[in-house]
Amino acid sequence: MKTFTYERATSPAAAASAAADRPGARFIAGGTNLLDLMKLQIETPAHLIDVNRLGLDRIEPTDEGGLRIGALVRNSDLAGDKRVRSDYAVLSRALLAGASGQLRNKATTAGNLLQRTRCPYFYDTTKPCNKRKPGSGCAAIKGFSRNLAIMGTSDACIATHPSDMAVAMRLLDAQVDTVSPDGTKRIIPIADFHRLPGETPHLESALAPGELIVSVTLPKPLGGTHVYRKVRDRASYAFALVSVAAVFGKNGEARFAFGGLAPKPWRVDAADAAAKNGAGAVAEAALAGASVTRHNAFKKDLTARTLASVYAQEARP
Amino acid sequence: MTTEDFNRVSRRTILGASAAICAAPAATAAVPASAAKKPGAQGLLPVTLKVNGKHLHLDLDPRTTLLDALREHLRLTGTKKGCDHGQCGACTVIVEGRRINSCLTLAVMHDGESVTTIEGLGTPEKLHPMQKAFVVHDGYQCGYCTPGQICSAVAMLDEIAAGLPSHVTADLDKVRFSDAEVRERMSGNICRCAAYSNIVAAIRDVAEQDA
Amino acid sequence: MKFDQPATLNPIDRGRVIGIAHDRIDGPAKVTGTAPYAYERHDVAPNAAYGWIVGSAIAKGSISAIDTRAAEAAPGVFAVVTHENAGPLGKGEMNTAHLLGGPRIEHFDQALALVVAGTLEQARDAARLVRIDYAREEGQFELAAEKDKAVKPPVSWGTQPDSAAGDFDAGFASAAVKIDRTYTTPDHSHAMMEPHASTAAWLGGRLTLWTSNQMIAWAVKELALTLKMKPEDIHVMSPYIGGGFGSKLFLRADAVLAALGARAAGRPVKVAIARPQIPNNTTHRPATIQRIRIGADKNGVIDAIGHEVWSGDLPGGGIESAAMQTRLLYGGKNRMTAHRLAVLDLPEGNAMRAPGEAVGLLALEVAMDELAEKCGVDPVELRIRNDVQYDPEVGPKRPFSSRKLIECLRQGADRFGWSKRNPKPGQVRDGHWLVGMGVAAAFRNNIASKSGARVSVDGKGQVTVETDMTDIGTGSYTIIAQTAAEMLGVAMEAVTVRLGDSKYPVSAGSGGQWGGNSSTAGVYAACMVLRGILAQKAGFNAEDAEFEDGMIKAAGKAIPLKQAAGRDGASAEDKIEFGDLSKRYAQATFGAHFCEVGVDMHTGETRVRRMGGAFAAGRILNPKAARSQVIGAMAMGVGAALMEELTVDTRFGYFVNHDMAEYQVPVHADIPEQDVLFVDELDDKSSPMKAKGVGELGICGAGAAVANAIYNACGVRIRDYPLTLDKVIRSLPAA
Ligand SMILES: Cc1cc2nc3c(=O)[nH]c(=O)nc-3n(C[C@H](O)[C@H](O)[C@H](O)COP(=O)(O)OP(=O)(O)OC[C@H]3O[C@@H](n4cnc5c(N)ncnc54)[C@H](O)[C@@H]3O)c2cc1C
Ligand code: SF4
Ligand code: FES
Ligand code: FES
Repeated sequence: MKTFTYERATSPAAAASAAADRPGARFIAGGTNLLDLMKLQIETPAHLIDVNRLGLDRIEPTDEGGLRIGALVRNSDLAGDKRVRSDYAVLSRALLAGASGQLRNKATTAGNLLQRTRCPYFYDTTKPCNKRKPGSGCAAIKGFSRNLAIMGTSDACIATHPSDMAVAMRLLDAQVDTVSPDGTKRIIPIADFHRLPGETPHLESALAPGELIVSVTLPKPLGGTHVYRKVRDRASYAFALVSVAAVFGKNGEARFAFGGLAPKPWRVDAADAAAKNGAGAVAEAALAGASVTRHNAFKKDLTARTLASVYAQEARP
Repeated sequence: MTTEDFNRVSRRTILGASAAICAAPAATAAVPASAAKKPGAQGLLPVTLKVNGKHLHLDLDPRTTLLDALREHLRLTGTKKGCDHGQCGACTVIVEGRRINSCLTLAVMHDGESVTTIEGLGTPEKLHPMQKAFVVHDGYQCGYCTPGQICSAVAMLDEIAAGLPSHVTADLDKVRFSDAEVRERMSGNICRCAAYSNIVAAIRDVAEQDA
Repeated sequence: MKFDQPATLNPIDRGRVIGIAHDRIDGPAKVTGTAPYAYERHDVAPNAAYGWIVGSAIAKGSISAIDTRAAEAAPGVFAVVTHENAGPLGKGEMNTAHLLGGPRIEHFDQALALVVAGTLEQARDAARLVRIDYAREEGQFELAAEKDKAVKPPVSWGTQPDSAAGDFDAGFASAAVKIDRTYTTPDHSHAMMEPHASTAAWLGGRLTLWTSNQMIAWAVKELALTLKMKPEDIHVMSPYIGGGFGSKLFLRADAVLAALGARAAGRPVKVAIARPQIPNNTTHRPATIQRIRIGADKNGVIDAIGHEVWSGDLPGGGIESAAMQTRLLYGGKNRMTAHRLAVLDLPEGNAMRAPGEAVGLLALEVAMDELAEKCGVDPVELRIRNDVQYDPEVGPKRPFSSRKLIECLRQGADRFGWSKRNPKPGQVRDGHWLVGMGVAAAFRNNIASKSGARVSVDGKGQVTVETDMTDIGTGSYTIIAQTAAEMLGVAMEAVTVRLGDSKYPVSAGSGGQWGGNSSTAGVYAACMVLRGILAQKAGFNAEDAEFEDGMIKAAGKAIPLKQAAGRDGASAEDKIEFGDLSKRYAQATFGAHFCEVGVDMHTGETRVRRMGGAFAAGRILNPKAARSQVIGAMAMGVGAALMEELTVDTRFGYFVNHDMAEYQVPVHADIPEQDVLFVDELDDKSSPMKAKGVGELGICGAGAAVANAIYNACGVRIRDYPLTLDKVIRSLPAA
């Protein structure tokens, strides 16, 4: 870990402007991803701005009947929030399927959205990786890619976004609220929040330098039956191979979002449209244009099967 | 060779940016102030932690994790380092009443907060009920994951008591103690010796005592 | 004491303390975090500096230039050790690759430098400033590709690579029912929770090392060879070890580099191998390719059995002896086994919990399941039919010292409810789970090895046992205390046990499940001598003296132990040495694993629902600790079956998933309730304790029971471990 200077920000605006003032500055929230990567010198910030005490840890109702979740709300608090449990159960479920009890107690809403890939080559500084070191090549495409992406990839990078929470938020059409160093506020639809790798896999989100997430807003509840199904090798404390977030409404309508498949939470309108035709049809629509490797080709079949499992779960009383 | 010999060996050499440990509020430094001027000592940040009920003041390299502050600076080595990357749970401590991985957080981020480590739960002479239950049920083998398991278990029971759901809770609003709940909730504490079923028995025992 | 005749009635048989499920005596220290592990010795080496290892970025080649100037100039750095300044180093006999590499590089993450600084943060940061230019060479990294070049290895650890009896080819060719299958197992990582760690301090030319090592005497010897020192000048202590499983049998880089770093920095230095470095820097269980051929009659009685194993290691390395159990487990007059070794430039392969059997049974016991199905014989019954009470390669003249496989199978099956199993796969459903049961035999060789101890009684009647034996979670502290308490007739509270110090008599150490039986037998030997001394002091005839209730009793008289010991106390040292009983008798431990799994009908996820087993391992010295050993090993078997695999990147020549997030081992949620039955057994040819090893038996066969249960659950037979869901769904019908 390189040396850095540390400051504790006093307000969201001050945090954002501090980030603009200091080259190499980064926000630190729970630290569970940033410090992991700093220890390996994959992240090398020169200045850390601690955003933990900005009062951004509240969950409040919005005028539109939704919920505004502070950027610093811990994953466990969000999962356990009474309104989230009853009105956005898929989000509770997704959060509870992620990481461990201890990590969820630290991990924050904003940090979870911005956590970086678990691609093993990204994690090993002795290997080429376009995301870690632009232009160095991608060790994963011809390497061990069992848990990497089959959708939305590019020739430069096939990493997945590993978050569970973000998949549920994508399903719920959440919005990310930010403040910039100059004080301007922005609302970024979650669909546009994460970027696909293209030629620039190191650019992962729509945030501008120094832009601070202050909250994530959920629109008013969808109702329906909420399901989050995460498939992994061991029973807990593991990232998803594939996950499906779904909300089933009336008359066989449903919407789906997928984790473990893509560099961002994956959602395809055509898949939602195919809901009435069953799991196979949804899978086919969701996976149109998939690009697989020898190691991760199984994810296509697994996605279809996970959807079948989700349909079966929905059908249970 | 005695402890004294080693002290002599090391006293000749330089104290790194190690701890200036003292029990606040009586702010008498246990280590000569000159230590702060030694190589690498620049940029130290003052941090106050309430560890196991005691206010402690440290001057730390901001890179110091809470885990290393405890183990290396406060010499509370009961908290273990299994991976240093959030992947094992050996470093679990209770901060402000919640269990966290102390390896993935900086000590400076916890300035003013209270930390409970395994040493704060009990001593060999006066074991905490969870520690006692681990002995009775043989909830360990090598013992290296054990302090983390115990801290985690103590805080985990509070989470169940507070009605917080888990991945295996069927109805998110009906949270009840069960072995399956314990297994899921304790999954962030890996035990390679795999004392798992004994750990579950120990926790069940304590939960039943509490009930 | 020489043990060369079967044991007769002895004080251990009283079973007042031995055989009791005593809580671990080191328990309170462990649950309160007060037991000091190797990196935590502020008590004896305060202000130790911190070493950080720089590993090789390439798998094979050499260093063309190494520049440490920037690292040396970094804040807080005391020294940077490399092959250029470390001075002449030897190499231990037990590690294959050099523990400090350079200029030659033998594997990825081989240690090439140690940066020593005042704090961990400084050392870790400065380590990145060590600049190394490499000359990279091509290497061989893929076992399957090198298989045909594999050669017959030399005899190692007394083991012949090949064996044969009868005429395997003819027997197999003419068998009514044939199984000919190839199975593969991947490289495994020990993944013990405490990383390899050492604290080193020099005083003059003498080295003191607090380390985490299973074999104290080996550590001293190997360190002396490596550092070119006299063993007398090295003091090694390892009182607590946070798990080993074979990873800490041998000297590793942490110890050598802590010593070199401390010398260079002129102060104590501590080094832990960082978790992401462990899989590639240290040792692992090598991958295997195993071909098993079994020829049987239509009732499943084996006539011919053959087991061939291919594994790889660095030049000069050894085999994974996965066919060993096949020499002894089942009958059949026509037999062959063979091990072949390929050269691979991956990190060093070496022993991991139950080397040989742990992966050998993953293959053999699935082959037996396949045979059972083909013959239409119940898998439990099939194993019973093929039981043999003598070494089948040698014949009845070499019987087993004791062998209760059939009892284990029968009693285990009863307890598990095996009779409810539907032999037809894919028939039982519970919601979305396809449910199945599997069985596998457990087999692990019993090894006994020379072990010494010193036992003393002081004037207060307090007993102290000293031996360099280690406790790696096995319960050594406790069973040694139980042994001394039993032998001297005192309460457990009156016994202090000191372990893991090279100043104490040399013991068997912890490995190959020989530790418990051998080390307690060593304590037994020392106690026998001490009993003689004490009886004599009390004026009794040693043969007549009874030791109980803190007294020595004979001829109607009773004298307190402390009185007999006198003010100055009494002390005795002895060792147990084993004669040729293990040659005259085949000695092994046996068991039967039962497992019920659910396979998700949609996703192919496998979750173990129930596990149980029955085991025969001689006298069980402490049923509580022994049971823990077994359940832990069973869980490790679940890991091997379902998830554990070090994935080789054959381009770069390293294990890609080199941390605990990517190398998955079972977590709480993976392991259900486990039922363990110890079948009554005393093995009088194993040791005066009449005990055998038990620490590794539990892994042997456990994974095969899982694999067989998966087949029974869903009809998918996978012969390529681990049995992950991607392999299951390949053959699982659409749900
Ligand atoms: C072993 C392990 C297993 C895990 N398993 C899972 C899993 O199964 N599923 C899952 O979803 N996750 C998993 N995680 C990841 C975990 O959820 C993330 O590490 C966590 O959510 C990150 O949150 P944080 O607050 O700690 O982020 P930090 O580490 O503090 O920050 C992450 C990034 O976000 C930036 N950031 C933080 N706050 C803001 C803000 N307000 N505005 C702008 N930028 C900000 C930081 O600068 C940094 O770049 C796992 C992690 C570990 C270590
Ligand atoms: S997939 Fe992306 S993250 Fe992984 S090595 Fe390639 S570029 Fe790097
Ligand atoms: S040491 Fe913190 S989780 Fe492993
Ligand atoms: S007791 Fe050894 S890792 Fe848990």
